[in-house]
Amino acid sequence: MRYLPLTQADRQAMLDRIGAASIDDLFVDVPADARLPGLIEGLPLHASEMSVERHMAALARRNISADATPFFLGAGAYRHHVPASVDHLIQRGEFLTAYTPYQPEIAQGTLQVLFEFQTQVAKLLGCDVANASMYDGSTACWEAICMARRITKRGKALLSSGLHPHYVNVAKTMAKFTGDELVYQAPSLDVAGDADVLTDAIGKDVSCVVVQYPDILGRIGDLSVLADKAHEAGALLIAVVTEPLALGAIKAPGEMGADIVVGEGQSIGVGLQFGGPYLGLFATRHKYVRQMPGRLCGETVDSEGKRGFVLTLSTREQHIRREKATSNICTNSGLCALAFSIHMTLLGEKGLRDLAMLNHKRAVQVAEKLATIPGISLLNDAFFNEFTVILPKDARQVVRDLADRGVLAGVSLGRLFPDETALARGLVIAVTEMVTDEDIDALIAGLKEVLA
Amino acid sequence: MSRYFTDEHEWIDVSGDIATVGVTDYAQCQLGDIVFAELPEEGKALSKGDDAAVVESVKAASDVYAPVSGEVVEANSALEADPALINSDAEGDGWFFRLRLSDISELDGLMDRAAYDAFVAGL
Amino acid sequence: MTINQSGWRPEANADLAALQAMPATVTGNRGLMLEEALIFEIGATDRTGVDIATAPDVPSHLGGLSRDAAIGLPGLSEQETVRHYTRLSRQNYAIDLGLFPLGSCTMKHNPRLNEKVARMPGFADIHPLQPVGTVQGALAVIYELAEWLKALTGMAAVAMSPKAGAHGELCGLLSIRAALEARGDARKVILVPESAHGTNPATAAFCGYAVENIPATADGRVDLAALKARLGPDVAAVMVTNPNTCGLFERDMKNIADAVHAAGAFVYCDGANFNAIVGRVRPGDLGVDAMHINLHKTFSTPHGGGGPGSGPVVLSEALAPYAPLPVVKKQDDGSFLLVEEETAGDHHADGFGRMVAFHGQMGMFTRALAYILSHGADGLRQVAEDAVLNANYLLRSLDDLLDAPFGASGPCMHEALFSDADHGNGGLAEGFTTLDVAKGLIDEGYHPMTVYFPLVVHGAMLIEPTETESKAALDQFILALRNVAQRAKAGDEMLKGAPWYTPRRRLDETLAARKPVLVWEANTAAS
Repeated sequence: MRYLPLTQADRQAMLDRIGAASIDDLFVDVPADARLPGLIEGLPLHASEMSVERHMAALARRNISADATPFFLGAGAYRHHVPASVDHLIQRGEFLTAYTPYQPEIAQGTLQVLFEFQTQVAKLLGCDVANASMYDGSTACWEAICMARRITKRGKALLSSGLHPHYVNVAKTMAKFTGDELVYQAPSLDVAGDADVLTDAIGKDVSCVVVQYPDILGRIGDLSVLADKAHEAGALLIAVVTEPLALGAIKAPGEMGADIVVGEGQSIGVGLQFGGPYLGLFATRHKYVRQMPGRLCGETVDSEGKRGFVLTLSTREQHIRREKATSNICTNSGLCALAFSIHMTLLGEKGLRDLAMLNHKRAVQVAEKLATIPGISLLNDAFFNEFTVILPKDARQVVRDLADRGVLAGVSLGRLFPDETALARGLVIAVTEMVTDEDIDALIAGLKEVLA
Repeated sequence: MSRYFTDEHEWIDVSGDIATVGVTDYAQCQLGDIVFAELPEEGKALSKGDDAAVVESVKAASDVYAPVSGEVVEANSALEADPALINSDAEGDGWFFRLRLSDISELDGLMDRAAYDAFVAGL
Repeated sequence: MTINQSGWRPEANADLAALQAMPATVTGNRGLMLEEALIFEIGATDRTGVDIATAPDVPSHLGGLSRDAAIGLPGLSEQETVRHYTRLSRQNYAIDLGLFPLGSCTMKHNPRLNEKVARMPGFADIHPLQPVGTVQGALAVIYELAEWLKALTGMAAVAMSPKAGAHGELCGLLSIRAALEARGDARKVILVPESAHGTNPATAAFCGYAVENIPATADGRVDLAALKARLGPDVAAVMVTNPNTCGLFERDMKNIADAVHAAGAFVYCDGANFNAIVGRVRPGDLGVDAMHINLHKTFSTPHGGGGPGSGPVVLSEALAPYAPLPVVKKQDDGSFLLVEEETAGDHHADGFGRMVAFHGQMGMFTRALAYILSHGADGLRQVAEDAVLNANYLLRSLDDLLDAPFGASGPCMHEALFSDADHGNGGLAEGFTTLDVAKGLIDEGYHPMTVYFPLVVHGAMLIEPTETESKAALDQFILALRNVAQRAKAGDEMLKGAPWYTPRRRLDETLAARKPVLVWEANTAAS
């Protein structure tokens, strides 16, 4: 087996040193009737690199990948160009095969990256501080709700109807067990969103209001009033950003008064990967740092006085606080954070703003063209790179019909909200820099054909 | 004013019905460099044995229990800015919080300095 | 014998004074040891390493929300970027550089085939919400990996979506809680051994359970009698790690499981150490009800400097109905069904909900499946055998010098545990600690073992070599550790200053925690 270096002679010499007659003697503590006498039946034996590669490639070919077709899906995961140097650098063995940087003298590389990442995320989201990342946007969102509960000592969270329904379901699942009260209604197809409804519902028993920005339908709106209303009631405003590239074009939630900003960092540097691994972003105000979940990297000096970095404030974490920890989370999403950070460094503020504006303007182009198709109407006039159109028929079937024609047209609201028949004709379309003019033509032609 | 000690390494100064609580010098030595102290809010009612505060070093977090029952009347805000006070002056400026005693008889079971020193010597 | 006829003489090792007298350089670099500033110090907001096409000339629809204020994100050209991260990478230790004996973390070789496979566009460039007809190959990967995990553990079902080990623990405990609630049983207590990973009590508390410790016996295992005495109608589950964090197999595992089941509770097994038994023991045969599998440990997906991980959870028949969404099912026609909220009523009605936005760590599933297919049933069994052999070889090559608290009670599993105590072989010198041994190993070119964990052993040193290390690599490590241990016993003061040869020396963690600086700010940056 190509990964196992011991020879039979090595094994025998080692058994001699140990004083064991055979390998079986090393498993004596396993109850006799639980020891497998031989190989587990029905499983294949070891395989060459070439044959494994063939098997996996055959499975990969059974998927229609985004690079092979006009592609307009978003709704929490976005397809952007990842520069070649990003993937090259994250495959350096010193990053790829390192462990959590618990021994800082031999992990300054990872630690400095995390410090830079935290700073980049804090600036992008418009907050004071950020952590070293979480599993993904949905789990970061739930952790933010828990953090608001700890800070306000209140147990009721208002979730905006514009929050990604899968994020809502994650929060609902967890709240069943923690006893948090969540208030949520599915969205309606109107342009304004539910800021007024949320504002009216904020009371002295509310820990936080959770809004997505841009929201699941692609709508964007100023969060300042909501933030003020929340603060008046002693509640926190949590903003969820699933497309962080947007913040190269539109105001950051932190700038508008959000207390905690969480996000899905996938769209910068990480790639679609069928949903994971992704990258949870988590940022907040200085004063709440000790209530924050997740790893934190901090600056310090070494014994010679040189600047260096360490994991810090770890008394919040499970390995020290055990049942009193702020969260049970043990890992972050280190390699994805590295990819995000490298991509952000390559972009810089200029590249980020240019890329964001390219996305937006391409989306405007597509929206304008779609609006000319009879029977299609655009829900929202203000958006970043994603918007909702209302079709004359069930959007889910339209998506399937277009997939049969080789166009991945977007995410139907029927897929996201299967129980909401009022939303069935809604289609969420994302347009990134990856979309070509030919892709747009194919989408338009396909829609005309399917809707005819 | 008299000073009492507990076997949880807390000291209590009593003046009238107000008790000032801190951790002992022995305790701060055991904890190492203190980096943070989480203190109870004013007005909080504590029963003897309740979790009252948390004191953190780099690699450990230790609960400080209420040695006696009472209502918190003041927390030592100086510790927020300078938790190292607990290391440098544990039994003075590094005090944690003040309580209004609700049951003065709870003091009866506590140690005096000599008894505490003997207790520590036996550890 | 003729040695060194050239007249060249090796120089003696530099002593402390000589080291401090090393000539300074104006750059701060020391040959190949290169200093690297922060991107905020070397980049510029108007510099970029990406050329972006010109945006079409159409009006903006940003709703008056344009971000006008400066953000403060520096950019670098491509070469500067490559250099920055390449230089930083060289300040890291990694499996690719050498043996990584971190106990409980299973730092084994990460095959590059797995990286190649994960990057195939058919896996890397597909969206989680594509029509399921267009992602049948991805669902096949999830299904195939799930079938392997079930076969290797002897369990009925597997929940694939948890993102990491601790997330898997959460999944397992929530499945248990859902099963208990389904029978109207509101149990409130989880029993956890003293030696458990910190995630165990943290997870139990998160699920709303009270956590109680179970003591260990003198030979480092769960005290069965104490456990039995505590079991009762209020106990929901017992969380056991097997092999445990002392590197020992819980001999009484079946008796534990029988007692737990007789009391109406469930057995959660922390599967962090599955590497020791894969292919030789199936947890299902030991009475386990739920166990997470760290794909980044046993199945070699890269640790990536602290994640992403992946923590599928295998479940017994009793818990299978409560697994979270989504679930992948194979249909009669060979196609795969992705069961989410919409179709849960027809296919998976009792699932406890959803733990993540999408379908779990697909990028880790492809890597783990490639790893498993490469090894096959025979290779995986060999993995466990060689991992255990390597650990025992280390145990018996060091236990004359270091105290092995459980060494007398028999073989260890995949990791060897030592303490800083003196049990007749001479402890560490006064004032010397496990930390000094760890830092001394760094100078010898190794990542230290896990130190001060498990908590049940004083000054613990937990060494897990894994099966991908050769005998020569182990011998060299043994030589290095013996040397450092002897220096710690002899009270070599130089060891207190270790590491000497790293880009940074011991770092001031107290300063970092007292005055947290978590983001770069121009005016507060240190020298």
